[in-house]
Amino acid sequence: MAGDQTAQGERGSVSLRGVTKRFGDMTAVDRVTLHVEPSEFISLLGPSGCGKTTTLRLISGFERPSSGSIMIGGIDATDVPAHKRNVNTIFQNYALFKHLTVAENIAFGLKVKRQGKTTIARKVNAALDLVKLPHLTSRYPSQLSGGQQQRVALARAIVNEPEVLLLDEPLSALDLKLRQAMRFELSQLHRDLGMTFIFVTHDQGEAITMSDRIAVMHEGRIQQLDTPLAIYERPASRFVASFIGETNLIDVTVTSVEGDLIRVKVAAGQSVLVAPTGGHTLTPGQVAAVAVRPQRVVLESPGTHEDATHALFPGVLRELLFIGDETRAVTELTDGSELIAVRHNQAGSHPFGDLRPGDHVEVGWRHGSACVVDE
Amino acid sequence: MSMSSTRAKVLMGAATWGVYLFLYIPVLILVLFSFNQARTGGTWTGFTTKWYTALAGNGRIISATWNSIQIAAISTVIAVVLGTMLSLAIDRYSYRGRKTAQQIVYLPVIAPEIVTGVSLLAFFSLVIGALNDFLGRDAGNAIRMGKATIIIAHVAFGAAFVALTVRASLRNLDPAVEEAAQDLGATPWATFWKVTLPGIMPGVLGGALLALTLSLDNFVITFFVSGPGSTTLPIEVFGQLRRTISPEVNAVSTLIFAASSVLLIAALGIQAGVATRRSGQVTTVSSTPEEGVPDQ
Repeated sequence: MAGDQTAQGERGSVSLRGVTKRFGDMTAVDRVTLHVEPSEFISLLGPSGCGKTTTLRLISGFERPSSGSIMIGGIDATDVPAHKRNVNTIFQNYALFKHLTVAENIAFGLKVKRQGKTTIARKVNAALDLVKLPHLTSRYPSQLSGGQQQRVALARAIVNEPEVLLLDEPLSALDLKLRQAMRFELSQLHRDLGMTFIFVTHDQGEAITMSDRIAVMHEGRIQQLDTPLAIYERPASRFVASFIGETNLIDVTVTSVEGDLIRVKVAAGQSVLVAPTGGHTLTPGQVAAVAVRPQRVVLESPGTHEDATHALFPGVLRELLFIGDETRAVTELTDGSELIAVRHNQAGSHPFGDLRPGDHVEVGWRHGSACVVDE
Repeated sequence: MSMSSTRAKVLMGAATWGVYLFLYIPVLILVLFSFNQARTGGTWTGFTTKWYTALAGNGRIISATWNSIQIAAISTVIAVVLGTMLSLAIDRYSYRGRKTAQQIVYLPVIAPEIVTGVSLLAFFSLVIGALNDFLGRDAGNAIRMGKATIIIAHVAFGAAFVALTVRASLRNLDPAVEEAAQDLGATPWATFWKVTLPGIMPGVLGGALLALTLSLDNFVITFFVSGPGSTTLPIEVFGQLRRTISPEVNAVSTLIFAASSVLLIAALGIQAGVATRRSGQVTTVSSTPEEGVPDQ
């Protein structure tokens, strides 16, 4: 077993170094380098076809990298076959063994590792308790609901006490309510077990609520690897900014760096200050974009903010849309581009004051609340 | 279009039973006349089971039955192993020529039996002739066609039928469960025995029963590749019919029909039973053997 040779303190770590996976002419994973700390909950987030599932399959051993290396628990696992790796997977459709009962499914990994009967029984019961299914041991998977099958798949994996648990879109087959309950349960399970979790999802909400760090993937590459907050506040690229949450993107040209802030020129000709991106160096003359969340967009009557802390543009309020919790304001700038502002509705007052569609407004952001992103 | 009107219901029922009557009246008459006292002719003269009793004393029929059972048992075991391996090879692995392999796998199923029979005769003559030359055997102790050649011939079509049913089962087996087994530490070998084989068991068993039934019943191909001492039951029945028309032939045919029906119903029953236990997952398997039964 690979786990027995694990170096002290490295147990549960995963390192990918320059990993590339090609299928024929198609490059599914492109020079991915990623270090996952022991006990970390990391999400691989991206749209379908971004390489996140292939990356997971490279870690589980179902695929071999075309180039690069993979370390699990500090040991080179690049050429170790799947059945010898000390990781376990939760499959998207659970992949339960239909001809075996719930208890036999969960005992499968322990049996092939030739553990004793009493040990197996004790561990299976503990795992069933952990996933809150102790009463269904003799059922077959076809007699279980989707949520119950999910729990069996979880128990079947964690009963082996792997260094790393790999989760391949485990919540995508569940209905909304169950999905949200399972988010909470998975987070709790991660805390209780202290195992490394690598979680593949296309759902930014799942990634943001559960992860310690998120690797946003696009076209086989990691676009940004950071905490959920940092990725939300300081997206590194246009793709990340638009994939995570809702964002206004304004095309700009970088003019100069002024202390902590960056001066950029918008298409309309105005020169404004914004915050820098997460860790990128920007050169004057570079074409980039400014990303600003609709919640951070400032929308006022002309002349409200005269001070130097805001970047403001003249525009016209086009629409006010009431959408339950929030109200959305669509504004049009003089160059024809749109900026969207969103405010929470509060009892008794209009979130945008007296402003009505057709009013002339000043719209923009406080310097620190917008940032520059790469193309 | 509504089929719920009374008129339509009556018509559909009549059509169904009309076709069944057409199909089964000859068999019913055969069964009936196997209990007829008269030795010849189409007149009913009274009920008897003496033809069945006579069968027990018919040495040729008994030895032919024994041959058929041996040949069917051995060829089925080999056909199941080869057919299962074949379907795994063409559905679970990728290599050059895999597509072609998938397309020609059912050739033995659709090839006219007469063609298969003639080609096997030519093939065996060639091989056995060469073998006799090589070993220096003369007419006295030459290798001849016999049970071995019949078994080989039956394996050839039996394996194709097994592949047919196993592939249907394989389509219903999510490849992810095989990955799950390896993920949990099972070697590829253990994965096959613990996950793949149980998963395709309905197809394997259904294919085995089909191969067994078809081997017991086969006449045309067997006729071409049999030799002295290897007469099977269908060939013996045909031979006896050519000499005299005996009610014993009716009796033995009735028994063959009964045995074949039991095997076929068992094959379908096994698949339906497994399908029920894994409800919702296995749906198409049980329909395949019916399609696969050739007109005999």
